[in-house]
Amino acid sequence: MTDKTYPAVPTTPGSESFWEGAKKGDLKLRWCEDCGKPHHYPRGICPHCFSTRLTWKKARGTGKIYTYSIMHAAKPAYIIAYVTLDEGVSMMTNIVDTDFAKVKVGQQVRAVFKPTEDGGKMPCFTPV
Amino acid sequence: MSLKGKAYIVGAYEHPTRKAPDTSLAQLHAEVAKGALEDAGLSNRDVDGYFCASGDTPGLGGLSMIEYLGLSPRHIDATDTGGSSYLVHVGHALEAIAAGRCNVALVTLAGRPRSEGMATGTAPRMGNVQQPDVQFEFPYGPATANMYAMVARRHMHEFGTTSEQLAWVKVAASHHAQYNPRAMLPKVVTVEEVVNSPMVADPLHRLDCCVISDGGGALVIARPEIAKTLKRPKVKIVGVGEASKVQAGGVGLDLTYSAGRASGKAAFEMAGVTTGDIKYASIYDSFTITVVVQIEDLGFCKKGEGGKFVSDGNLISGVGKLPFNTDGGGLCSNHPGNRGGMTKVIEAVRQARGEAHPKVQVKNADIVLAHGTGGSLGTRHVGSTVILERE
Repeated sequence: MTDKTYPAVPTTPGSESFWEGAKKGDLKLRWCEDCGKPHHYPRGICPHCFSTRLTWKKARGTGKIYTYSIMHAAKPAYIIAYVTLDEGVSMMTNIVDTDFAKVKVGQQVRAVFKPTEDGGKMPCFTPV
Repeated sequence: MSLKGKAYIVGAYEHPTRKAPDTSLAQLHAEVAKGALEDAGLSNRDVDGYFCASGDTPGLGGLSMIEYLGLSPRHIDATDTGGSSYLVHVGHALEAIAAGRCNVALVTLAGRPRSEGMATGTAPRMGNVQQPDVQFEFPYGPATANMYAMVARRHMHEFGTTSEQLAWVKVAASHHAQYNPRAMLPKVVTVEEVVNSPMVADPLHRLDCCVISDGGGALVIARPEIAKTLKRPKVKIVGVGEASKVQAGGVGLDLTYSAGRASGKAAFEMAGVTTGDIKYASIYDSFTITVVVQIEDLGFCKKGEGGKFVSDGNLISGVGKLPFNTDGGGLCSNHPGNRGGMTKVIEAVRQARGEAHPKVQVKNADIVLAHGTGGSLGTRHVGSTVILERE
């Protein structure tokens, strides 16, 4: 996984800020200005209260592994996971730059950013 | 007005094929439609309601298929919830018949992923770019197997569920499959063989995964007045439930339960029965973990105790308390078109009619259940439950 370059990400109108942030090494979350809750994946409407008054904030970039799976059927194998960020939001991701055997549910991780083929970055996580 | 008993399943047919390189998708739909209508003693001229899932049906929303089949329905429903679609269709057909929208409903499923060389569980499938989750999920490689594996991993973490317990689901299915001459994997396997099979998506092994097969199935559902004129055993639809579960913006993620919790509750309430009344259950078995989670959510045991519940042959007909998937299920027999809901209903109908294989037929299977999940337990899905009663 360490050397993997991700395919170009097919972005849609409204998601540019997330990917521009990732390019700079920032993990950005959508927060609702009305109900005060964050969400992920980012959207143009709050899934909690249906407000469209939303803002982007940089996340701390740290969290814990909620669950994961090592995909042995793929060559090379990779780890898919859900990480629950300190902000309380869980996101699908890959766990990278670590021994597969050492990965555990509940493990502390931090965001790292891996290159995409079109010069962008994918937010991934690695054990602290 | 309760919908309980307002329609009957009068025809059911599972395509005998498991590999159909020389049959078109439309023709597979046609062959299962013919099989189910002949089973019912009806013809295409009698059908005035057509139900299919848009994802496995060639053409726009069922339109090409009604033309191919020579149907002229006054009610069409192409709802697609993945593998649970056909359980959803049973509920929708019941509603349509009760509302006077149709008298005889035909439901078809067909697919040929095996002939098309599809790596169903292990190759991530990218949705349309405009699907809002795609850019935030697809790059990470969410295949079907590793999404269900993440559910299994969390279930193990929270409840101490083991790989050996999951293996018992496959073992039970294989005990049933040995009597099904059409089953893709008719050999009885042991817990050791399951946990020693190659790891696909940790913690799920190859034998924790269902088969990939071509084929299909169909159902015919009719109003009571018509059902009474037909010669087949009377299988009444007494309970249906449909529910969704999605990730609420990533807040409060909990992969240990499914939409079956709500769909099961609705179906049991409509039927006026409890888990103790269910003599046989078809439970969607895309993976072994799928069965454990759904059995808990339907209330056959407490949340977290599913691993223990399925162990020691408790799902084997004639041995355990909850005989399940007596055709061998998706794990051993058939998973046509990567969509397991149809065969779940068909085997439940066989059990209710007393027409399952004699070695696996449950005695006095007067009240039976079929349940399925479509989409992914790891992201977003629809659960649907159907309860049937033999009259």
